[in-house]
Amino acid sequence: MYATNYAKATSLEDAVAKLKSSEDGKFLGGGQTLLATMKQRLAAPTDIIDVTKIPELQGISVEGGKVVIGAATTHSQVAASKEIASAIPALAELAGTIGDPAVRNMGTMGGVLANNDPAADYPAAALALDATIMTTRGEHAAADYFTGIFETALEEDEIITKIAYTIPKKAAYEKFRNPASRYSLCSVFVALLDDGPRVTVTGSGNDGVFRVTEMEEALKANWSPDAVRSIAIDPATMLADIHGSAEYRAHLVPVLAARAVAKAG
Amino acid sequence: MSEVKLTVNGRAVTRDVEDRTLLVTLLREHLGLTGTHVGCDTSQCGACTVHIDGHAVKSCTVLAAQVDGSEVVTIEGLADGASLHPMQEAFRTHHGLQCGFCTPGMIMMGIDIVQRHSSLDEETIRKELEGNICRCTGYHNIVKAIKAAADDMAVGTPSMAAE
Repeated sequence: MYATNYAKATSLEDAVAKLKSSEDGKFLGGGQTLLATMKQRLAAPTDIIDVTKIPELQGISVEGGKVVIGAATTHSQVAASKEIASAIPALAELAGTIGDPAVRNMGTMGGVLANNDPAADYPAAALALDATIMTTRGEHAAADYFTGIFETALEEDEIITKIAYTIPKKAAYEKFRNPASRYSLCSVFVALLDDGPRVTVTGSGNDGVFRVTEMEEALKANWSPDAVRSIAIDPATMLADIHGSAEYRAHLVPVLAARAVAKAG
Repeated sequence: MSEVKLTVNGRAVTRDVEDRTLLVTLLREHLGLTGTHVGCDTSQCGACTVHIDGHAVKSCTVLAAQVDGSEVVTIEGLADGASLHPMQEAFRTHHGLQCGFCTPGMIMMGIDIVQRHSSLDEETIRKELEGNICRCTGYHNIVKAIKAAADDMAVGTPSMAAE
């Protein structure tokens, strides 16, 4: 591991002050991505400021049709939460598919959303469930928050405190994993909200997570797997790498969307 | 530098370490607990799995300073004197190891799996082991050992040391 300075922030103000006084600092969640990235020298912050013990980033609650989750909540806690399992079972299930059990014991929801890896799982749920990303500078609607691969609306010194997900009438997540990395090669989250269906895709888009409005329209008219099965995705909008071509990923979207609709019931 | 205070296998430990010190480095190089192995160093193989406050984590991807104040249990903390922990005993009985390199991580993860499930079937064990890799590919006996240990632990075999 390469040299860096570590500090544990005791409050939001403390975290922001520590970041501002550092040369090239970064906030640290559970470290399951950042520490691995630093080992590879793909990131080399002079300082890492651990925000996971800050009180505002803790807790899970259900209030006013929303599930509100502290940013420091680990994937294991989300997967095991009875409140989340009863309000949005698809979200608890999604959390249980991230990485592996040991990674889930450290990795945090806030860390995933701040990093916005194009193959991360939570962005699909956040966009489909009209999530609000609450931060030290205010709030971001999920629709405006994910701005590109590894890019978000966050400022350098902005910390995610909580994430509020709309409780859907029904929802399901269908994940197609890269068998080696366990990340999504292509995964689809479908949800039926009060104002209509949502279909989001992660792991495959050129610009990261995205909605498939044509599928949403089709589901509005007919909520069934058949409604989405024949809707084609343009490969030009899809990522391509050694794990799968753009055409392959484009093919997976309607297949997984149909499975997700069937699973949601 | 960071002052890190931990309870390791029931023993209070305080060390001044460089901030970049990984938990696995503290365990192996500062405390001499070399039972915890480094396999891939990229949090994929699970050979470095230890328990922090009762939960399995990959100690190659955690800074020692991050877990300051925690209770850490490594493979060395499982046996009660000459009596092996039921999970260790099951790995021995069922020949759940070949070269042995992945074994400490497999055993620590095996205990974590048993603690989180009231009943375990083979499919669940295989799924839960997705973050632990055996290069001898001896999974069959590893799965058998975890299943046997789960049954032993459920009927309340002697108390687990350091757990």
